Amino acid sequence: MDALITLIPFLPLMGAVLNGLLGSRLSERTIGFIGSGTVLLSFLLSLYLFIQINGGAEPMRTALYSFMAVDSFHVDFAFLVDSLSVWMMLIVTGVGFLIHVYSIGYMHGDRGFWRFFAYLNLFIFSMLLLVMGDNLVMLFFGWEGVGLCSYLLIGFWYENRVYGKAARKAFIMNRIGDLGLLLGLFLIFQIFDSFAYADIFERLPALRLDPGVLTVICLLLLVGAVGKSAQIPLFTWLPDAMAGPTPVSALIHAATMVTAGIYLVARCHPLYSLSPQALEVVAFLGLLTSLVAGLIALRQNDIKKILAYSTVSQLGLMFLSLGVGAYAAALFHVTTHAFFKALLFLGAGSVIHALGGEQDIRRMGGLRRALPITYGTFLLATLAISGVPLLSGFFSKDEILANTFAGGGVAWWVLAALGGGLTALYMSRLLFVAFFGTFRGTEEQREHLHESPRVMTVPLVVLAVLSVAGGLLNLPHLLHVNGAEWLAHFLSPSVGESRPARLLSAHTEWLLMGAASALALVAIGWAYWVYVGRQHVPQDETQLNRWERVLADKFYFDELYDWAFVRPAERLSQLLHYYADTWAIDGAVNGLGAAVQKLGAELRRLQNGNVEYYLLGMVMGAVLLFLSLWF
Amino acid sequence: MLDVVKSVPVDYYLWLSCALFCIGVFGVLIRRNALVVLMCVELMLNAVNLLLAAFSTYLSDAQGQILVFFIMVVAAAEAAVGLGILVMIFRNTHTTDIYLLDKLRN
Repeated sequence: MDALITLIPFLPLMGAVLNGLLGSRLSERTIGFIGSGTVLLSFLLSLYLFIQINGGAEPMRTALYSFMAVDSFHVDFAFLVDSLSVWMMLIVTGVGFLIHVYSIGYMHGDRGFWRFFAYLNLFIFSMLLLVMGDNLVMLFFGWEGVGLCSYLLIGFWYENRVYGKAARKAFIMNRIGDLGLLLGLFLIFQIFDSFAYADIFERLPALRLDPGVLTVICLLLLVGAVGKSAQIPLFTWLPDAMAGPTPVSALIHAATMVTAGIYLVARCHPLYSLSPQALEVVAFLGLLTSLVAGLIALRQNDIKKILAYSTVSQLGLMFLSLGVGAYAAALFHVTTHAFFKALLFLGAGSVIHALGGEQDIRRMGGLRRALPITYGTFLLATLAISGVPLLSGFFSKDEILANTFAGGGVAWWVLAALGGGLTALYMSRLLFVAFFGTFRGTEEQREHLHESPRVMTVPLVVLAVLSVAGGLLNLPHLLHVNGAEWLAHFLSPSVGESRPARLLSAHTEWLLMGAASALALVAIGWAYWVYVGRQHVPQDETQLNRWERVLADKFYFDELYDWAFVRPAERLSQLLHYYADTWAIDGAVNGLGAAVQKLGAELRRLQNGNVEYYLLGMVMGAVLLFLSLWF
Repeated sequence: MLDVVKSVPVDYYLWLSCALFCIGVFGVLIRRNALVVLMCVELMLNAVNLLLAAFSTYLSDAQGQILVFFIMVVAAAEAAVGLGILVMIFRNTHTTDIYLLDKLRN
């Protein structure tokens, strides 16, 4: 068993090493085979472990070696496989495998094909370390690893300066979050004297900690989670991260890496559960992010940017769910979101592929006839994310909304449901503008329109099936069917039974469900009327009214950060450059050199080769000596 | 002979040789003619000789006068070599101006 567990993360690492070292000499077929094959093997092994755990096996712990040991401080390189980590492993390797296969088609002919697969495999390795680690140091290890891979893949086409800048932005904003996480880790070690989850949670009740300290720990960890999961105020990197190839956006910036923050909070839920203030902050940030990102997405015209803001807003919903204490509901939404958001991104990739790099939905239109498979799967994913009844997104979002109602109250529910309605609105806007109506691109693009190859459409279809059927994982208990709330039961050993919605009456739940679904359907209907019925095409930026401008300009977050942080930092470094560097340091060093040179130039005049001059010096010296002896 | 020497106070010898020495130094420093410079060097040596002879007489010690002979030998050798060089220089450059002898400079 130990060997099996160890193989799961190390197979993708082997793939990364093979492709990274030999990739430039291998054919695309071989590279793709190594890249996807290793991830598939990891998936199958994870599936085996999942069956074990689901069959009632105890959580498995495997220590490979002592990572570091100094006095009482020791950290093991150890894996923990319990229901939470095995579930995350399934998502990471399962969705990861489909996206690897898709990438074989999408990246076909790219000069960096082997580099792409090496990075992607390295990412899967880091992400598996993150979710499989038995202690917070392992988590941090994986956390930094996925950050690095994200940076490498956003800047994959590094010849483009803008892409390079987007990669740096993502890296730096993540660094702010990582600082918080690191400080939280230090505080945890100071208090619990260990980094292992088991030790921390075991010692927690006996310590009788001051709630203030606990809140500080939770908030510091939250800073890390906010950075990685792109929540307010550290969310602006995610839309820019769309500079990377589309499969990267699907895998890293939608399905897996950005859910690391959710995983962190869910994993540390015993700490959060003891700190209501911290949970309130989590819920508030989540709700705020969900609404702000949803509003911004309404007036974006880049297909990938819309999906990016949609991801931010869905992550906000997950944080809201964590904040009201419904950890299992958050992970359910992580799962369904991984399915339909990966599908949406891959569908968008297929569209971009067909149009030769076009990403503006205003220059698409009428694609449903040219790209039938992409259209069909994209439609299903849109309906699923919008929360149309009986699709996966409906169940997961309903679960979150019900818990919000029970844990937060009516006002929270109304705002969260509004966030859900916004999702339906901007997603159907995207769908109708891009796939309905008439084609608005160039003649050249029209002639080249083609459905993507099989290697790309098969993952789309698989993900579409999962997006539709994902709800079966966790059917609401209202339906009174066998296997209702299966996922919540499965995860309960890891994240507890906490679920405020249990307190609600069946009538209330039906009512909430109906209201949220009606809102989603109304939003879709309205979007249909505007964008298909009236053939409305989003306008130029210049024709927007004032409120639309604010949305199109993303609430000026980038400008605000630019003004508040970037420019002061630049000015400070210019001042330092001028005063500290040029003036003080260069001045001292150059001044010393110049002084020596000047002294040498002066002294040189003494040695002019004139013997009488030397003689005069000698006589004067003798006279001076004589005088000094005399007096 | 001793009486003749001693008939002049020792101070006078001192002042005389000091004056001779200074004339020699200034001659070396300011004159341009190599021949005069050589003569000034001789003058300095002889100023010292005079002093040595005077002191040796007043102290009734012959060592000083012996040293005078040595200095005379050295001065003669120096004058011979110096004049020899000077003749060669004059043959090559047709001048004895030491300020023009800067062929090795730079």
